[in-house]
Amino acid sequence: MSILVVTEHDNASLRPVTLSVVAAAVEIGGEIDLLVAGNACQSVADEASNIPGVARVRLADNPVYENTLAENVALLITELAEDYDHVLAAHTTTGKNFLPRAAAMLDVQMISDIIAVDSADTFKRPIYAGNAIATVQSSDARKVISVRGTGFDPVASEGGSASVESVDSVCNAELSAFVGEEIAKSERPELTAAQIVISGGRGMQNGENFQLLEGIADKLGAAIGASRAAVDAGFVPNDMQVGQTGKIVAPDLYIAVGISGAIQHLAGMKDSKVIVAINKDEDAPIFQVADYGLVADLFQAVPELDAAL
Amino acid sequence: MKVLVPVKRVVDANVKVRVKPDGTGMDLANVKMAVNPFCEIGIEEAVRLKEADIATEVIAVSVGGTQCQEQLRTCLALGADRAILVETDEELEPLAIANVLVAIDHQEQPEIVIFGKQSIDSDNGQTGQMFAALTGISQGTFASELRITDGKAEVVREIDGGLQTVSLSLPVAISTDLRLNEPRYASLPNIMKAKKKPMDVTSPGDLGVDVGARTAVLNVSPPPERAAGIKVESVDELVDKLRNEAKVIE
Repeated sequence: MSILVVTEHDNASLRPVTLSVVAAAVEIGGEIDLLVAGNACQSVADEASNIPGVARVRLADNPVYENTLAENVALLITELAEDYDHVLAAHTTTGKNFLPRAAAMLDVQMISDIIAVDSADTFKRPIYAGNAIATVQSSDARKVISVRGTGFDPVASEGGSASVESVDSVCNAELSAFVGEEIAKSERPELTAAQIVISGGRGMQNGENFQLLEGIADKLGAAIGASRAAVDAGFVPNDMQVGQTGKIVAPDLYIAVGISGAIQHLAGMKDSKVIVAINKDEDAPIFQVADYGLVADLFQAVPELDAAL
Repeated sequence: MKVLVPVKRVVDANVKVRVKPDGTGMDLANVKMAVNPFCEIGIEEAVRLKEADIATEVIAVSVGGTQCQEQLRTCLALGADRAILVETDEELEPLAIANVLVAIDHQEQPEIVIFGKQSIDSDNGQTGQMFAALTGISQGTFASELRITDGKAEVVREIDGGLQTVSLSLPVAISTDLRLNEPRYASLPNIMKAKKKPMDVTSPGDLGVDVGARTAVLNVSPPPERAAGIKVESVDELVDKLRNEAKVIE
């Protein structure tokens, strides 16, 4: 069995989620190769080659791959896929963009967002916003799979010594061009990688009040998230959204402030190890999943919590 | 230019569904159904393109059982010009649906196809990208802004950490994210008018598309339950529990 893991990176360093995708590959079992597709990304390939259990790193270093445009990267993957039984990538906005495209070009029914490996062809994945777990068996000869990062404990990042081989194919579909991006700059950890997350909901009342969470986030080294209600109300940008249609997080500690606990929000955070809910409505559904619930006005409780830490 | 909007009939977003006791699937008997919310955003965007004189015709298409006509009528009431139902009683996988839509694409030749980024039932998030692959066109997924100018689509995409803007050749497949627009409500006169708008019914067989399943769902089970937690009386008690009982903060 041979597995290709498409890495995720910013052309400078590997994103931690790749270590979880490799963990899923290890559970499937077989020889694992990593694909690093990017531009001027040798440092990513070097980093990838240190991951234990990796046979080789295939480096496709060319400007056409710089921004991971799906049209180009999917072409590259379909070219390389011939050598592999499984192709895996992270179920992030990047993987979700190119992987279904590659799967269709390979005439494969992809399996999205797996959280467990039962065997080389059978996987578990959440459906209905995590209200059910489906066990799905693929009969396609080749499997194309996106992996939920929080479903697998990451493998070590150091200790391996895989070879790095260049891939010379330049796949340019000439259908799309990168124009620009606005990436929110933050000193705080990324939401999906943070050990502690503090999120605000509609109860925050407006965007300015999210500043109340910042002091606590700074003291705990936490990332700040939000419910869809807070995003829909325009309090904060969408990349802060935790939920079925936003980011899936599973930190050691999740603090939900002024969040009622709609199904779609719970889908994004209920696998957190410890959940704290602060809400003035004692009947709010968030309390059903909270390990520690505090029925209180957040505008009193949050400053108190900030002071107590 | 024509705009095609594939829509899916799904359980209403506010319904809490349960797993069937025999583990074969979800219990959907007598449950309220609706247009998948992201597909509704797709219809709204298409109708706005028509109102802006960019689109000439908006066609809604659904693949599923005969009851999908209800959701297609909703789309017509929201402003779609006509609808196509590709009728099948099988529950099709995303690749099969994408293949069916390729056949529709050959008939209709739209310049823009607007998908929802995922359906809220199977949560696959594949169909739009697969359709783009199979038709060999560009894709603008998770769109929060769409501008059509000079034969190109400029799409602002919601990505992890922020926004990305791409310029895409037409024809293009778009998938909608939440902030693309806020769908309107259908007015009563428009609901009445929708009843007279054309709806064609065809089938995967008529279209000559193989929709055989590639995967089998062996089991559907409820997720592990979280053990019930406790209520704390004060912030001090909360901090104490987090430090000394859960040991998640220092």
